[in-house]
Amino acid sequence: MNQQIIFATFEREEDLLRAAERARQEGWLIRDTYSPYPVHGADRALGLKRSRLPRAALFFGVLGLGLAFWFQFWVSAIDWPINVGGRPWNSLPAFVPVAFEMMVLCSGLGVALTWLIVCRLYPGKKSPQPSERVTDDRFVLEIEPEGSASGAEKVRQLFQDCNAFAVEEKRG
Amino acid sequence: MEEKLAQPDPPWILGNKSLTQVTSDVCAPLERRGTMLWWSAFLVSSCFLALGIVAVTYQMLTGIGTWGLNRTVGWAFDITNFVFWIGIGHAGTLISAILLLFRQKWRNSINRSAEAMTIFAVICAGLFPVIHMGRAWLFYWMVPYPNERGSLWINFRSPLVWDFFAISTYFLISLVFWYIGLVPDLATLRDRTRPGLYRRFLSFFSLGWNGSGRTWHRYEILYLLLAGLATPLVVSVHSVVSTDFAASLLPGWHTTLFPPYFVTGAIFSGLAMVLTLMLIARKVMHLEDYITPRHVNSMTKLVLATGSLVGLAYLTEVFTALYSGNTFEHANLVNRIGGPLAWGYWLMVACNVLVPQLFWLPRIRANLGVVFLLSILINLGMWFERFIIIVTSLERDFLPSSWADYAPTSIEIATLLGSFGLFFTCFLLFCRFLPMIAIAEVKTILVRPKEEAKS
Repeated sequence: MNQQIIFATFEREEDLLRAAERARQEGWLIRDTYSPYPVHGADRALGLKRSRLPRAALFFGVLGLGLAFWFQFWVSAIDWPINVGGRPWNSLPAFVPVAFEMMVLCSGLGVALTWLIVCRLYPGKKSPQPSERVTDDRFVLEIEPEGSASGAEKVRQLFQDCNAFAVEEKRG
Repeated sequence: MEEKLAQPDPPWILGNKSLTQVTSDVCAPLERRGTMLWWSAFLVSSCFLALGIVAVTYQMLTGIGTWGLNRTVGWAFDITNFVFWIGIGHAGTLISAILLLFRQKWRNSINRSAEAMTIFAVICAGLFPVIHMGRAWLFYWMVPYPNERGSLWINFRSPLVWDFFAISTYFLISLVFWYIGLVPDLATLRDRTRPGLYRRFLSFFSLGWNGSGRTWHRYEILYLLLAGLATPLVVSVHSVVSTDFAASLLPGWHTTLFPPYFVTGAIFSGLAMVLTLMLIARKVMHLEDYITPRHVNSMTKLVLATGSLVGLAYLTEVFTALYSGNTFEHANLVNRIGGPLAWGYWLMVACNVLVPQLFWLPRIRANLGVVFLLSILINLGMWFERFIIIVTSLERDFLPSSWADYAPTSIEIATLLGSFGLFFTCFLLFCRFLPMIAIAEVKTILVRPKEEAKS
């Protein structure tokens, strides 16, 4: 993990996107971008695939729905059947509202937890941050020039061409 | 007319803000000492809260015989307040979830505080059924858990149980949605706060957020998913609340109109409450550039639309009662519009149907003082709507010998005032300690100089 990383700070979203696009065309390995708000196009530059979070939401939703229906059926028809106004033991339509709410609840909580896990976020975590201003008004692009000194120079030049505000390097 | 059309709309955020100006403007109220205005508002609302605590403690110790209920009118003030508060919450979810899916950019200035309003309103709402149980300390009996009573389960066929699940789900999903939206802003705040207790608090809750592109990518998907999940909640929660009434056999309650009627009423009342809060907050917190007259204009149009739907629901109710040919439905209608609580019915019609029609006039929509006044009238009208629905259906029973009247006692009024105290105390604390405008979301809708970017 002791890789040389060159990172540039930009003042504008457009410059970040331009630099990221050029870096991708020239075949540099973009480690990450940092921005105060979601920059549309940064995901493409990072080569990120469609997130699979919707599948997680579907999974937890179906799980919640199934469990809620099964539990209500088991309680009302098997464990202790009680005659309420002559309704059948398994009064399925009456179980719909609770099952629906449990579907939404399980799906929402499940997908939020999945997100925390895949992003490795947890309360009190201390994350390395290239600059404290990336949560305010700065955009940062991190590139690994893969060792060679000439590579590092080319990356620096690329950043300069795209109006970089500052170009720095670190090991990470 | 053509000249008017040629004029472009003003941007959603005024003052040509830079990114860092947005951060400092939104964070400013959190970083300076509380103003006199804030402290006086806080003092007043916590006094109301204290009054509520005293009233609730007294009725817990004495029993709910302290209320003005009788054998005929067994539900009144308490359930009215419950339905009123839960309805207020719905506009917050509409603004944060449905308007997000419809890509209405103007919601970005108000969604944070509207969601906070939802959460506090649901807390206020949830308290009332708990108090109504009489033995509030046994409230956990609502949860289906294996118990020593032979495992006697709750009755899943009862709308009251559906209600419990709907409200709990609504509260938890709203809370998660609000918190996930807050995470990036907590990180922004963390990075500009001096080391100390507040910074430690922020860094605990900001989950190590560092603005990474990979995290943002998944964050946006998660946010959309949660919006998609919250959207059916807007419709389902108040529909379930309405089944508390619609699933009974009482004239005036037992109608299929109830779920849509309750949902539009809820959104209508909530939007009015959002307007009331926004118009105060933009002045007190100096956020005039972020919550602009154009935002208020859009909100009032929504109020007009939902208010007209509510008017349609009132008409449908009258039509159905007349068309049904049912003696009891007729009698109930006559009692509503001409009985002992007729003044309440007509107050409700005036505030909910006639008042919002004023918003057809652009001059009224642009006059923020008038909008504020009208929003309060709508809040009042919507409280009366629930009171009229509940009490007028109960007070005139099937048997004239059991007819009765209802009037609230001082304890019930104190509990209502206490719930307002709780709501405003929570909201004021929120304004003081958390960013009340979604900083990251507002930054995405700033108008940036485009020509410069191309060069």
